[in-house]
Amino acid sequence: MLEIRNLEVSLEEEDKQILKGVDLTVEAGKVHAIMGPNGSGKSTLSYVLAGREGYEVLGGSASLEGEDLLEMEPEERAAAGLFLAFQYPVEIPGVNNMTFLRTALNAQRKARGEEEMSAPDFLKLVREKAKELEMKPEMLKRSLNVGFSGGEKKRNEILQMSVLEPRLCILDETDSGLDVDAMKLVSQGVNKLRSPDRGFLVITHYQRLLDHIKPDVVHIMADGRIIETGGPELALRVENEGYGTLKANA
Amino acid sequence: MATDATRKAAEGMLHALPLPEGEAGWARDARAAARARLLEAGAPIKRDEYWRFTDPRALTVPMEPVGEREPEKASTAFDGIEAVTQHFVNGRYRPDLSDPLALEGVAAGALSDVLAQDISIARELFGKLEAAGHEKVDRPLAMLNTATAREGLVLQVTGEAPLPLHLRHAQIGEGASMLRHLIRVEKGGSLTVLETGTPSNCVVEVDVADGGTFRHIRVQTGARAPSAAHIFARIGSEAKFQSFTLMADGKLTRNETVMDLVGDDAVGHIAGAVLGKADAHLDNTVFVTHSALNGESRQVFKNVLEGKATAVFQGKIFVREGAQKTDGYQISQAVILEDGAEFLVKPELEIYADDVACSHGSTTGALDPDQLFYLTARGVPRKAAEAMLVAAFADEAIMEIEDDAIADAMREAVSEWMATRG
Repeated sequence: MLEIRNLEVSLEEEDKQILKGVDLTVEAGKVHAIMGPNGSGKSTLSYVLAGREGYEVLGGSASLEGEDLLEMEPEERAAAGLFLAFQYPVEIPGVNNMTFLRTALNAQRKARGEEEMSAPDFLKLVREKAKELEMKPEMLKRSLNVGFSGGEKKRNEILQMSVLEPRLCILDETDSGLDVDAMKLVSQGVNKLRSPDRGFLVITHYQRLLDHIKPDVVHIMADGRIIETGGPELALRVENEGYGTLKANA
Repeated sequence: MATDATRKAAEGMLHALPLPEGEAGWARDARAAARARLLEAGAPIKRDEYWRFTDPRALTVPMEPVGEREPEKASTAFDGIEAVTQHFVNGRYRPDLSDPLALEGVAAGALSDVLAQDISIARELFGKLEAAGHEKVDRPLAMLNTATAREGLVLQVTGEAPLPLHLRHAQIGEGASMLRHLIRVEKGGSLTVLETGTPSNCVVEVDVADGGTFRHIRVQTGARAPSAAHIFARIGSEAKFQSFTLMADGKLTRNETVMDLVGDDAVGHIAGAVLGKADAHLDNTVFVTHSALNGESRQVFKNVLEGKATAVFQGKIFVREGAQKTDGYQISQAVILEDGAEFLVKPELEIYADDVACSHGSTTGALDPDQLFYLTARGVPRKAAEAMLVAAFADEAIMEIEDDAIADAMREAVSEWMATRG
């Protein structure tokens, strides 16, 4: 589903190479986790896949279902089924949470040549998903992420993911800023979305999120490369030994 | 500072316009006084500090009255709002095109009729608020209006008007279209005036007596001819004045709002949303004077600019000695959608009372790239994402409008403008 080949990326303004040849394949139905120390390039990878400005692709490729992601605008990537749950969801005063989500959903549907969802159907869907995430109804009426706590912002990300039903979900440090209860809720939301035709890329610094969202494959990233790939046991090894020994062996 | 050249220019402006005839003595006196003041002050020039950002040349060339031609299509922003509509075409009042001039709580007449009679509210207002509005700075174009304008309405508001009064001006081509409205809101009176269009020179004198309420919402879109508008407002004790202007495009539009809070606990809010593309030049110049205790003033201006458009905001809060407990606030912000557009700002505070809270702020910048990325990453196309952020930005000024239906009409106008972008 997601194919990344020898991806090399630098920051446009600083001429500093962050990704130094990343190879990664995420299959439909699988949950892949990327773990790594701070500054290893995990978040950069997620931003480059989603199409954020400010990065220069020096070489390599990234495709979703055979389509070249790097050639597409962010909104085209979203319509193609890519979803990035942000580490720091952006606050946008004056843009209503629900209006935004409906605009996004219908823009994606339109781009795919599908019919737009009616207001009542949308309302029903979003209320149902919000309830599952234990989000208060008034949060839907507020400005996008404005005044939301850290946990509420992350739940709002998962709400968007549940409504937009992407093919590939990238979760960037979704556990940061979450207490244990919120992490359980968010993880349940993610787990509900697991299906044979959907892939996940879960980026995390700590192993604890992976207790709740069980990965099929774990990758260790350091200094802009995937240095080791294994099963769920690799995450436990990181937990016990830290990243130091893995880097030393790489 | 007037020079021989600027005085000569003032004379030229006066001579291009016909002398009003058949008016009452008090009106002739007011005209003569305004002529004398204009010749003393001279025409404005770009070297004047007050015109540093807006070249007044197009406004000060001698202009003869616009001829009778079919008007261009005016803005339809207020079409969904039920109102008593009065039409003005090329600077002339057209009762034949208008609704009957009848509104509960409002006594109304045509200015040209009133100037020939002895009617006290007209005598007390005409040229009086304008003459009082030149403290610190001359406003020669308003003096020209007092000296020559004959068309407009005189309104005395004694009750709560159930509907807005819509003053709608249409114009084609360049030339003088001088309008003058006189409004007095008595105690307990309340009126909303909607204004559409851009006469070449419009002055509104509005006296909101103690306990009165006056609301003003103005739409100025796509003016092809230069336009200068002045509002002189005097706000009495516990009286309320609110003005909002939507400016969209237009070659040269200058709005001066001059407000004096003369009674204790007076409230005056002046807001605007400015949308400029291509070579638009849109100027909001505001002068707020606090002359009494416990006054509250707000200025909220939001500018959205692209192409080679220029927006100007000059906003002053002047607090007189003794105007304690004044609460004065001013914010002007611009979003620049394209390099090449510019926002020129001059905020000013001048305060002679020691127990006041006055603040001003101004920002200029592009749309937030993180916000744009967040919206587009969810599938919202770039243009639609920009429109969402612009709508949210402009809304901070539109929220100053109390009436929901009118505010929604302004929101609609903003989104229509965004939709017409290339």
